Amino acid sequence: MVTAVMDAEARPSEAQVWAWLDQVPDPEIPVISLVDLGIIRDVAWRGDALEVTVTPTYSGCPATSVINLDIVAALTAKGIDTVRLTKRLSPAWTTAWISEKGRAALRAYGIAPPVDGTAACGIGALASPDIACPRCGSMATRLVSQFGSTPCKASWVCTDCREPFDYFKCI
Amino acid sequence: MADALYDYALRMGDNCLILGHRVSEWCGHAPALEEDIALANTALDLIGQAQLWLGLAAELEDRGRTADDLAFLRDERAFRNLLLVERPNADFAHTLVRAVLFDLWHFHTLGALTGSTDARVAAIAEKALKEVSYHLQRSADLTIRLGDGTQESNEKMQAALDALWPYVGEVFLHDAVDAELAERGVGPAQGVVQPLWETDMRRLLDQATLAWPQTSHVQKGGKAGMHTEALGYVLAEMQFLQRAYPGARW
Repeated sequence: MVTAVMDAEARPSEAQVWAWLDQVPDPEIPVISLVDLGIIRDVAWRGDALEVTVTPTYSGCPATSVINLDIVAALTAKGIDTVRLTKRLSPAWTTAWISEKGRAALRAYGIAPPVDGTAACGIGALASPDIACPRCGSMATRLVSQFGSTPCKASWVCTDCREPFDYFKCI
Repeated sequence: MADALYDYALRMGDNCLILGHRVSEWCGHAPALEEDIALANTALDLIGQAQLWLGLAAELEDRGRTADDLAFLRDERAFRNLLLVERPNADFAHTLVRAVLFDLWHFHTLGALTGSTDARVAAIAEKALKEVSYHLQRSADLTIRLGDGTQESNEKMQAALDALWPYVGEVFLHDAVDAELAERGVGPAQGVVQPLWETDMRRLLDQATLAWPQTSHVQKGGKAGMHTEALGYVLAEMQFLQRAYPGARW
């Protein structure tokens, strides 16, 4: 197999790589991209290799390994032969990094976006942010459980339209 | 001579792994759908954290083993988890009391570890603390609801608390590994976590109308690899596939 060596002029810019990664959907919530999710922390050329630094969302999230495969597959398809993934734990991922574009897409998809500053802080601190129902817009909503269909979501219900919905909880 | 941090990473990782496995046993069996989902997600977080700690242990050991090797190919005596986390699920009250006793310790320990002089330890703690804050919020909230619930739920919670209390002593045992890491600023100093835990636990049990157990009997040994009969059954199930089909991949 012949591997083409990319010369510095021919290789895509880092801005171009960011734009490509913004086309890679989250495997669990396909309406938002990995860039919108805020988990791509850095993109940099290291010689002939492209280093992509990724911060995991939840420690045990099963989507993590799929995300890694998707990044490599997407960039390989764009002609980048050597993609190196680096996992960065600190600073830990926070929902505050989800972009405005991502939040709007979540809402349109039926998932209430996180309300910043309402993360759990342990004992006796039930965070109960005001959350609008993503279906009917009513503020008459209540928490059912801090846990939901994926590690990143809580279960809520709207007491006006009576529909249950997912809330992307704050961490 | 193995590094004390290797032992410490194993302890943290094994606590997460064994409790994560125990909690996952509820999947499909919990008393309510929301609880089933909460328990499965908690188990997932804990197993993810186990991967981080055991990954650090494998890196420190530097013998070519991975986090998976440490999880699936060690024997019972090589596990370093607290006896508390290997206790059987029994009824929902036992599962919940075990969770709140552990979560409160985990929360304050991780809080202390975010200031560790070892950047790898601090990074794992920072990550895990965000998840454990949700675990503690749920287990504390449910402890109050069920403790201060019906007469039956109160009795079941008190019985579970009395049964599990002897396993709390080991949680605060400060042995040579803990002492060395405290000395290096890597782990919490003796007496940092316990008072925080006791203050919160007293307030919580008061709110839950549960009595602080009177027993002073302490069951210990897990941190040194001496386990109860319960761990062998956990490992038999958890490790079966890798033992029967070595190297099998998903």
